[in-house]
Amino acid sequence: MSTALIIEQLLNGLQFGVMLFLMAAGLTLIFGVMGLINLAHGSLYMIGAFACAVVAAATGSFWLGLAASLVAAAAAGALVELAVIRRLYDRDHLDQVLATFALILIFSEGARWVFGSFPLYLDIPPVLQGAVSLLGGAHYQLYRLAIIGVGIVVAAGLYLLISRTRLGMRIRAGQSDREMIAALGVDIGTLYTVVFALGAALAGLAGALVGALQSVQVGMGEPVLILAFVVIVIGGIGSVKGALVGAILVGVVDTLGRFLLPKLFAIFLGPAEGATTGAAVASMLIYIVMALILAFRPKGLFAANT
Amino acid sequence: MRKILAASLLGLSLSAAGLANAEPVKVGMITTLSGGGAGLGIDARDGFMLALKNAGATDIEVVTEDDAQKPELAVQIADKMIQSDKVDILTGIIWSNLAMAVVPNAVAQGKFYLSVNAGPSALAGEKCNQNYFNVAYQNDNFHEAMGQYANKDYKKTFIMAPNYPAGTDALTGFKRYYKGELAGEVYTKVGQTDYAAEIAQIRASGADSVFIFLPGGMGIAFTKQYAQSGVGIPLLGPGFSFSQDVLAAIGDAALGVKNSASWAKDLDNEANKKFVETFQAEYGRLPSVYAAQAYDTGNLIVSAAAKASVKDADAFRAALKEAKFDSVRGKFKFNTNNHPIQDLYVREVVKEGDVLTNKIIGTSFTDHEDAYAKDCKM
Repeated sequence: MSTALIIEQLLNGLQFGVMLFLMAAGLTLIFGVMGLINLAHGSLYMIGAFACAVVAAATGSFWLGLAASLVAAAAAGALVELAVIRRLYDRDHLDQVLATFALILIFSEGARWVFGSFPLYLDIPPVLQGAVSLLGGAHYQLYRLAIIGVGIVVAAGLYLLISRTRLGMRIRAGQSDREMIAALGVDIGTLYTVVFALGAALAGLAGALVGALQSVQVGMGEPVLILAFVVIVIGGIGSVKGALVGAILVGVVDTLGRFLLPKLFAIFLGPAEGATTGAAVASMLIYIVMALILAFRPKGLFAANT
Repeated sequence: MRKILAASLLGLSLSAAGLANAEPVKVGMITTLSGGGAGLGIDARDGFMLALKNAGATDIEVVTEDDAQKPELAVQIADKMIQSDKVDILTGIIWSNLAMAVVPNAVAQGKFYLSVNAGPSALAGEKCNQNYFNVAYQNDNFHEAMGQYANKDYKKTFIMAPNYPAGTDALTGFKRYYKGELAGEVYTKVGQTDYAAEIAQIRASGADSVFIFLPGGMGIAFTKQYAQSGVGIPLLGPGFSFSQDVLAAIGDAALGVKNSASWAKDLDNEANKKFVETFQAEYGRLPSVYAAQAYDTGNLIVSAAAKASVKDADAFRAALKEAKFDSVRGKFKFNTNNHPIQDLYVREVVKEGDVLTNKIIGTSFTDHEDAYAKDCKM
């Protein structure tokens, strides 16, 4: 096992974490500000990927597709907020879960109805094709480095937005006391729609970026949604900083677990047996980490509202 | 409009040839029409219906339901079809875990089950049943064919599959015939979509070839990422990972990949030419191997129904076992365990105009039998 391989795997973990962060940031903002559990966040991710694939196929430009994914996901988010979610803020979490689960079904079957059941094609843009050489002889794919870059920019942007702008101030105020900021004359309805659209746009961006690596198909959002929930539970629900730390932790632990555990088990059990057992334990690893963190920090690493 | 007209004219001319002594047959088709695996089920359904249409088999009634790739749902649908729809034959299931949940129960109730795709090893060996016919393959077959093919050019193969029964069966099948050294053996999560960690391992392993079994979206994701990573070691796989239903989504990244199957659209026989032509006319896309297998299943039922009444189980079973129909695979017969004895081919992904498709480049096995037939006591 060379240093180059370990550096490459660490970067893989980081890139996976950054992608999870884009999903988790929106989810945790929506939960933090509105107290809403949004299971349909994975559908917004799917909408981003489909919008990017369709526009990229029509115009031949990945970048226009990327812009379209932001617009489409934000628009879908705003629309859903106005039409459905708005009625759920005062209900308990079970009603929210049921309604947003229904939205998953509607979006999935709607996407199948419009685009068919076969996966769509989306490739990475020509500028970002290929790999670059790094320290220690490692090679890393340019596009994945770009995803890490986008994640860092988004994290910095969110930090500035939340700590330095009027909108951010309202978001923080909304997190601390919803009734009070409404009483102070802030238009809480618009704030909610804006936050929801912002979260949706981030999910759409993640979907488009990842769609170029993976496959753009119906139901692609749900597996990521589960991981995004793990991330926000680890990070502390409502905390964007927690989402960032949680996402990177989950990304790195999952990637290194998949890589190292089968090798570790192979020492004791032999190659074939070790590979299956190691793979099985690796797939549980992030949940084990989550359970351990919750045992010591029941509210997550950076709990908001405490 | 012209297509529809042409197709219906074709249907009419064929139905004139008619089936004289046919008794009405009711077929229950349980397949995956929603969710991530829907492309496979839709192809199977369309291939099956096309066979009935081309044969003008108006006396075969089909009820179709979506199992959403969920075993518990498939079991419910099977019960309903047997009890209230009173079907004679069940078919359509794509996934092995669903087949394991439905088939033993259905055949125990005296119904026929004809598999269009899933062929779990458990049902091919000791637990084989006289009413269970697999028209597709035994799960290991395509992988065995690739293992055999790899011997020719490669000495050090890296092999990878998802960590579930069909995945371990796949690698077992590959290793059964592969004589070279393994550069690595990796099991991934089912439904995994990011393979950066595995690709890094492949790059570092010193392999001269890579064999993967990753059906559906997993294969699309892997193949794209593999091509993007620029590792450049030849990629091998069973036909599922490079079937017509996923090629468009993988794009040019799939070009040149070698994969194994029992069928390809360029197989040179009359039945296949007609199948490919009418499938394109009817549905406006190229058929996949799932559609081909289902088309054969449809024709098998038509051929058996023409010989015997489905109400006479023994006669109907004998008629099925004879398999006297024009298979799109050229030749086709059943082994003692009711699984096919067939040729397996190696195909290469090529571009015809703008469309990616598979072309046969060689034969891996002639009249290949599965490894479990000897355990089947019927």
